Amino acid sequence: MNLSYKWLKDFVDIDDIGPREFAEAMTMSGSKVECWSYEGEKLSNVVVCKILSMDKHPDADKLKVCMVDIGEAEPIQIVTAATNVKPGDLVPVAKDKSTLADGTKITKGKLRGVLSLGMFCGLEEIGVTKHDFPYADEEGVLVIQEDCKPGDDIREALGLNDLTVEFEITSNRPDCFSVIGLAREAAATFDKSLKLHTPVVKGGFGDCTNMLDVKIENPELCKIYAARIVKNVRVKSSPRWMRERLRAMGVRPINNIVDITNYVMLEYGQPMHAFDLRFIKDGKIRIRNAAKGEKITTLDGIERTLKSSNLVIADAEKPVAIAGVMGGEYSGIVDDTTTIVFESANFLGSSVRITAKEQGMRTDASSRFEKGLDVNSCIPALERACELVEMLDAGDVTDGIIVDDKSDARVTKISFEPEKINKFLSTNLSEQDMIKILEKIECKVEGYEITVPSFRPDLIHFADIAEEIARFYGYNNIPDTAVAGGAQGKYSPEQKFKNRIIDTMTALGCNEIMTYSFISPKQYSKLTMPESHRLRKSLVISNPLGEDTSIMRTTALPSMLDILSKNYNNRNKEAYLFEIAKEYIPNGENELPNELNKLICGMYGAQADYFTIKGIMEELLSNIGINNYDIERAESEYAYHPGRSAYIVINGEKAGIIGEIHPTVCKNFEIGERVYCLELDIDMLFKLAVSEHKYTPLPRFPAVSRDIAIICDENIPVLTLERAIQKATGKLLEKVTLFDVYQGKQVESGKKSVAFNITLRSAESTLTDEQIKTVMDKSVKALADLGAQLRA
Amino acid sequence: MRQQLEAIRTKAAEKLSELKQASELEQLRVEILGKKGELTQILKQMGKLDPSERPVIGQLANEVRAYIEQKLDTKKAELESYELAKKLEEEKIDITLPGKSMPLGNKHPLETVIDEIKEIFVGMGFEIVEGPEVESDYYNFEALNIPKDHPARDTQDTFYITENILLRTQTSPVQVRVMEKQKPPIRILSPGRVYRSDALDATHSPLFHQIEGLVVDKGITFADLKGTLQTFVKRLYGEDSVVRFRPHHFPFTEPSAEVDVQCFSCHGKGCRLCKNEGWIEILGCGMVHPKVLENCGIDPNEYSGFALGLGLERVAMRRYGIDDIRLFYENDIRFLKQFK
Repeated sequence: MNLSYKWLKDFVDIDDIGPREFAEAMTMSGSKVECWSYEGEKLSNVVVCKILSMDKHPDADKLKVCMVDIGEAEPIQIVTAATNVKPGDLVPVAKDKSTLADGTKITKGKLRGVLSLGMFCGLEEIGVTKHDFPYADEEGVLVIQEDCKPGDDIREALGLNDLTVEFEITSNRPDCFSVIGLAREAAATFDKSLKLHTPVVKGGFGDCTNMLDVKIENPELCKIYAARIVKNVRVKSSPRWMRERLRAMGVRPINNIVDITNYVMLEYGQPMHAFDLRFIKDGKIRIRNAAKGEKITTLDGIERTLKSSNLVIADAEKPVAIAGVMGGEYSGIVDDTTTIVFESANFLGSSVRITAKEQGMRTDASSRFEKGLDVNSCIPALERACELVEMLDAGDVTDGIIVDDKSDARVTKISFEPEKINKFLSTNLSEQDMIKILEKIECKVEGYEITVPSFRPDLIHFADIAEEIARFYGYNNIPDTAVAGGAQGKYSPEQKFKNRIIDTMTALGCNEIMTYSFISPKQYSKLTMPESHRLRKSLVISNPLGEDTSIMRTTALPSMLDILSKNYNNRNKEAYLFEIAKEYIPNGENELPNELNKLICGMYGAQADYFTIKGIMEELLSNIGINNYDIERAESEYAYHPGRSAYIVINGEKAGIIGEIHPTVCKNFEIGERVYCLELDIDMLFKLAVSEHKYTPLPRFPAVSRDIAIICDENIPVLTLERAIQKATGKLLEKVTLFDVYQGKQVESGKKSVAFNITLRSAESTLTDEQIKTVMDKSVKALADLGAQLRA
Repeated sequence: MRQQLEAIRTKAAEKLSELKQASELEQLRVEILGKKGELTQILKQMGKLDPSERPVIGQLANEVRAYIEQKLDTKKAELESYELAKKLEEEKIDITLPGKSMPLGNKHPLETVIDEIKEIFVGMGFEIVEGPEVESDYYNFEALNIPKDHPARDTQDTFYITENILLRTQTSPVQVRVMEKQKPPIRILSPGRVYRSDALDATHSPLFHQIEGLVVDKGITFADLKGTLQTFVKRLYGEDSVVRFRPHHFPFTEPSAEVDVQCFSCHGKGCRLCKNEGWIEILGCGMVHPKVLENCGIDPNEYSGFALGLGLERVAMRRYGIDDIRLFYENDIRFLKQFK
């Protein structure tokens, strides 16, 4: 919301307050100032001059050499190409070392050999438009028709001297979308009186009450509808003061009638609408819901189809305006309009909001109505419009107001609880201090009851009153205290578990990423996920930004592959990444989904291979207290390499998958390297993790180390052999470590040579040769049962 | 015999002085002192001596042995030290060659900032609580005093799954869930992802992170809110930060405030960073609206509370001087590696 400082001063005397002080104080009392700027801020050294003489340029047909009076002792010489000026005209001149509205610097110079001490300016150079100065020639130099003299600063001469202050108005304060509303806040902030003006309409051009018949048919959506009629309308430009104020508030002047409706809207916050009485069939105005499919062409020339929930202003036959949003083209003011109706009404905010949204046409009017306006401002605004019509001689105002008022005169009352307020705010204000603040914002305090003014629908509760007291007392004058009572801050065990995973993964050289939770459904196909796969069923966003972010992922894998792909295509040589990512698994139709926590790790690069990522997984699992798990081949899992992927299985349940990404999937994601991924179900791991660590005494007896080398079928997994050794050696086994796997010349084809180092130790005594021989024999036998033979 | 012994002593001394390698020492020792060594051979003949001469020669022999042994030890130490020095000299390396890489990974910069903020609040007695991202309209809006036709719904453009299920636009629903379950005193902090249908550009992302805090107890005051946030801002931005509270509006708090910190760059004078305001807005807060407490089954006449919320991306962007929010979600390794 832009505010004209000059306009504000009509209502509150703040002459002694500069813009910085004003902005600071208004911000601190709750009306946040975003910024402020002076009109014509950049213009400098541009003055009014009077053309004394004009002669032909000796060397250029299109140039003229002028002598101009700039209010100094001597006239100066200006060379111009302008064709719309003559001696005697007052025009703006940018002198030597001046700046134009757009920041361009002007210095003296020679034009075809003749010295010019500056430049005449047109509208654009001054930073104004034809709307501001309707008499100006848009192509040529601005010939000024204002009361000014040579040497006057152009800003003063043209009235480009207002200060515009931009406010951020919060949605609870529709009253502040107006000059008067902000003036009320300013008066309370600076402890000045608010000088409100009661409009006076002379009228005297006949009674209008029989000229229009108004009926509200849906009092839920329209509380009051009021109209006045102006005859013999004289459409022309508004006077300069009105144009200046509109411009300062960011509204383009059009003509006196349109300008008046805008002026009143800005001043009172009450949108107005004007239409030609001729086009109102049978002189009937009905405020009703649209018939389903009813059509109206709005002022912007677009034909719109209405819904039965949309409120319209209609005549006997058809809609003439969409209530609170935009008027119809058909009933608008045209050149030969003679009699107009000024409408001032109150429509239900939520209804206007929905209609404007549905029709995709948010207007100045709708954005005000939708926040909820004061029913009591309709008539004063209407009166003000008619007063302005008379002031501008824009027409002949008839007598009387046509009104249908369905508003209830309900007044909000709130208990005044000074002690409770002091306790709540930690302040120590007297009742009188509080009453003074409340009265500044026009709340009436009688005994211990507050009557809220109708323009403040946001004041309902005790807490609302506390806020009014607090903001005018000053938030920063309220003390700072610590919350009483001890409390134990903490993380939940799940959070600690996740933190431990993040710490471990980073310690293992992986970088944490964060990815969007929504993906494109096409990602599933890129993963080669079967059409019928249960994970294809995702939550679908009904109003997505685009197809790319239209469903909630049921697997974090595509997010990871996308990021690996971006890195690969950004020519990063390697990437080792992980994320604790959520997956969203739908439940029933109206139920919230399950949000699963997954660890996903992905990598490509020189060091990346199956065993690197498996090593990371092993280290991670041991570090988070998962010690017993199986690795089972995952032959038929989509997205993964059938020969290089495995499930991590705990107690017979799949806790995750690890492996190389299928080359087809890499291709789909445009990654030209082998990619390795690990996915772990964190929720499951959390339940199984052993978080208690007990001390194991250091061994007192020596260990014995034995190697065992075997030859077996190449398809027997090493893990199976290891498990056989573990079982055979039992309690005496300290550890079994694979140290060699060999296939090649020395080994029969289809077979492999595998060698383990076995460390045996007893906690009770030094092992005897016999004990060692027994368990080693058992191991050999166990291996033999699997078809493995000791290597010669 | 005496001469023989002396000759051995001399010969040993000579040989020792010529010796160049430690390995030859042992050979020499065996040659002289070994079982079949020269000295041993001589000593074996002691029996043939006159008994009166035996002690004299015996003593001499021992002297010679001790002498040679001592010489051998000295020479050994000498040679070893020489050889070690030579080895060390040969092992000289270019100490400027690069080290062997043992790279650590990095936390995501947003995670780092979340952690820091969590730590500050845990230190003030807050519990960290998380909740669902896919939420019901009730928890995200209705319970927070934002009914269906409330204009605030427009400013938070919401992604809907169904009419009543949506992607949460704020982490506040977690507060409602906690208040419904837990009796005051409540002191919680809920960080997490939130969603709003803002098109992606340098300053907007349809997914971002928020952290919200809530305190509810008997006798919680506006001053408690101010004190808590003063502490928080000073811990996050430094003890010398200047903080101000400015009235604002949120549907779920009353009174509401926005908290500004004086611009770090210009200290209030106004500059590009603070858009000439001298202050930078960092968070929103307020006293929990009585209706919200009521909606959660907490009697507003008995209890009061405050809530606060801030957007993490903005905190992280300011901290690291990042000017494009998209970098957080592009996850280029060259970006991630910068946040040690």
